[in-house]
Amino acid sequence: MRSFICKLLTPLILLLLVGCSAGESNVSQGNREGILHFGNGSEPQGLDPHVVTGVPESKLIDALYEGLTRKNPWTLEPEPGAAASWTFSEDRRVITFKLQPEGRWSNGDPVTAHDFVWSWRRALDPAMGNLYAYMLYPVKNAEAYATGKLQDPEQLGVRALDDHTLEVTLVEPTPYFLQLLDHYSTFAVPRQVIEQFGEATDRFTRWTRPGNIITNGPFRLTEWKLNRRIVVEKNPHYWDAEAVQLNGVVFYPTENLVSEERMFRVNQLHYTNDVPLDKIPAYRAMPDSPFVEAPYLGTYFYLLNTERPPLDDVRVRKALSLAVDRAKLARSVMHDLVTPAWSITPPGTLGYQPPKLFGYEPERARALLAEAGYPGGEGWPGLELIYNTSESHRKVAVALQQMWKDVLGIEVTLSNQEWKVYLDSVSEMNFDMARRGWIGDYVDPNNFLDLYLSDGGNNNTGFSDPVYDEMILERAPQAKTREERFRIFHAAETRLMEEMPIIPVYTYASKHLKHPSVKGLPPNLMDFVNFKTIRLEPVDVHEFEVP
Amino acid sequence: MWKFVASRLLQAVPVILAVITVTFFLVRVAPGGPFDSEKAVIPEVKAALEAQYRLDQPLFQQYVAYLGDLAQGELGPSFKYPGRSVNELIAAGLPATAELGLYALLVAICIGGVAGVIASLKPNTAQDYIPMSLAMIGICMPTFLLGPLLVLVFGIHLEWLPVSGWGDMPGDKLLPSLTLGAAYAAYVARLSRAGMLEVLSQDYIRTARAKGLPEWQVITRHALRGGLMPVVAFLGPAFAGLLAGSFVVETIFQIPGLGRFYVQAAFNRDYTMILGTTVFLSTLIVLFNLASDVLAAWLNPRLRSQFGEA
Repeated sequence: MRSFICKLLTPLILLLLVGCSAGESNVSQGNREGILHFGNGSEPQGLDPHVVTGVPESKLIDALYEGLTRKNPWTLEPEPGAAASWTFSEDRRVITFKLQPEGRWSNGDPVTAHDFVWSWRRALDPAMGNLYAYMLYPVKNAEAYATGKLQDPEQLGVRALDDHTLEVTLVEPTPYFLQLLDHYSTFAVPRQVIEQFGEATDRFTRWTRPGNIITNGPFRLTEWKLNRRIVVEKNPHYWDAEAVQLNGVVFYPTENLVSEERMFRVNQLHYTNDVPLDKIPAYRAMPDSPFVEAPYLGTYFYLLNTERPPLDDVRVRKALSLAVDRAKLARSVMHDLVTPAWSITPPGTLGYQPPKLFGYEPERARALLAEAGYPGGEGWPGLELIYNTSESHRKVAVALQQMWKDVLGIEVTLSNQEWKVYLDSVSEMNFDMARRGWIGDYVDPNNFLDLYLSDGGNNNTGFSDPVYDEMILERAPQAKTREERFRIFHAAETRLMEEMPIIPVYTYASKHLKHPSVKGLPPNLMDFVNFKTIRLEPVDVHEFEVP
Repeated sequence: MWKFVASRLLQAVPVILAVITVTFFLVRVAPGGPFDSEKAVIPEVKAALEAQYRLDQPLFQQYVAYLGDLAQGELGPSFKYPGRSVNELIAAGLPATAELGLYALLVAICIGGVAGVIASLKPNTAQDYIPMSLAMIGICMPTFLLGPLLVLVFGIHLEWLPVSGWGDMPGDKLLPSLTLGAAYAAYVARLSRAGMLEVLSQDYIRTARAKGLPEWQVITRHALRGGLMPVVAFLGPAFAGLLAGSFVVETIFQIPGLGRFYVQAAFNRDYTMILGTTVFLSTLIVLFNLASDVLAAWLNPRLRSQFGEA
């Protein structure tokens, strides 16, 4: 028996002994070898740009592939990517792209205009089940093809004039179209590899595995260990390989914020996907703080069900919104990380400033509620606010619940729901009031304002205004200049906020921890990371002492 | 003996079938579906996706088709990770989880067994109370508290051990194993103490002492084998429990194991993944229970003879 116990103990003791020498950290090894260690949030669904939908996926795909344009991480303006240049026709409905003459897949094959034609057909094919197919809807006949009303892909407004010339015809002039071309749903995928492993639209094949996949971006895939790490290395066939400074990137699925922050503290990561809210004050207080924050193109708001009493009364909706002290919320709950929002579009979207029709006005809020028949909260029938289970959503909801009680004297009950249950409640409009967030897919007010079209799939409030629809769908696209277009958007958004189908709460902010060695990774409105511009200039930080 | 094993295996079939049936229909009743997302899904796209996963067929037909696939060992494609089958995801997560479970079990046996035996030697004295109080704390302390505490002390303050990972750096397996094993060590301590106390009052122990054996030989030669019987019976279900219940530890330490897939599958309404992991884990639990029964019989001559007659 004793020898049996010895046999059990030996491996454990050995483990303990080996454990005491922690070895070189990822950051110092990475700095030496030019490898970036990147916290990427969660395990990606996959690497097929026409299948996936999430943010972690977009980071990986931006490293591996390249669209016709690529965003400049400082200005967010589209710059040449797989396309070297482009010209617009007189009526701005036809765009002719000249592809990079040296554009190549990671196996050395040239990237041609035919690759893009084939890929866009695939992205729009209804059988593909691409959730982001609508990103290509500005292209002629794209919507009809994606919804099965048109069968012939030849009629799509995209064709190859020769190997390196791609002609795209739009339904109407679309000022933000170039912005869409660096969204992964418009990327080219390697036909030769996909067809080798199955049908073009088959979601279940193995073409994206290491060894099979080829891509046209600055990096190529070398290792993919589920829930562990994904490794990419510099792609020597990339047309602009000289400009790429990193030798590789290791992406970690860092789902647990607290663990991610610990990894950063002991130099296991160069960059974190997020920062726990309660750690922010301590990091901010540090000299040479690694904490980086920036406004984010997204709005946090509450949906109001305008079809249910008492929220069918615009005065009640306004009273609720005017009673919210957004500045106080941002300060006390959100550590001044976010800025108060007064409308749906985040301010500064390509220079666009949304209307601000109201402020924190407790007196007026009380008067409106009294007018609606609930003076001082008398006779208030009660309301329920739903949110998806999360500590930060709960904190915001509790703060607003208290404000409504203090200012208006009314009770709002809170109810948290598991994610999919919450999504179901929202899409079925089975709620009085519901938390919602919207993150822009591209930098343009249209991306936020088309949410509230009468038949918009993401409307979920019952708001319907034919004049608003006409402004967004007809008048704005016809505008001759950006100023005129923004004036129309402004007028439409004013109409929207006068009806108050939503309570805007705050504009999101992105937050990360960034090791001082990392350069060329600026914070921006889209939280966009261009791995091409990142470089490592070794700075030795033994460990981050967080007070 | 073989008859016993065969009959137990036969009994397991309806149990597992019942688990599959209940799980299959329960996950479909839950609100929300695998393709619901924050952004509205175009109806044509949703229809195409449902067709790819057979969700457009009547529910009962889907059930029959699933059983058909299962009979061939196919657990189907994952909803959340297109391009990966559930078989592949389980195979990817199992090694880390099984290794973690095994180490945790070793921790449990070593620490718990020793503590329990020490406590049993002088019942109702400090030598009994101290390890048993520690065991009580171990049972009560949830892993989501113990894990971060150990990380804070050994990972961040003392810098002896890595704060997360699995097999990436030397020593990164130690803290997760300790965290997961601690609660089980506490159970083992209590079980082995009770088992030892019972055995130590038996006549054959008095005989051993009377014939003049030194006390340590009485314990190791005669008492341990009987005293640890309850622990052996506990090991099978415990190991299955460790496999199914390592989710929290896997999350704290970023371990690429099965537990994380399992829980995320429920949140994602990844129907095939929920079913696949449930079927897999329930089969394991049945097998481990059987294995620990067989082991207990092998260690206990009285039970062994019963099997012989059966």
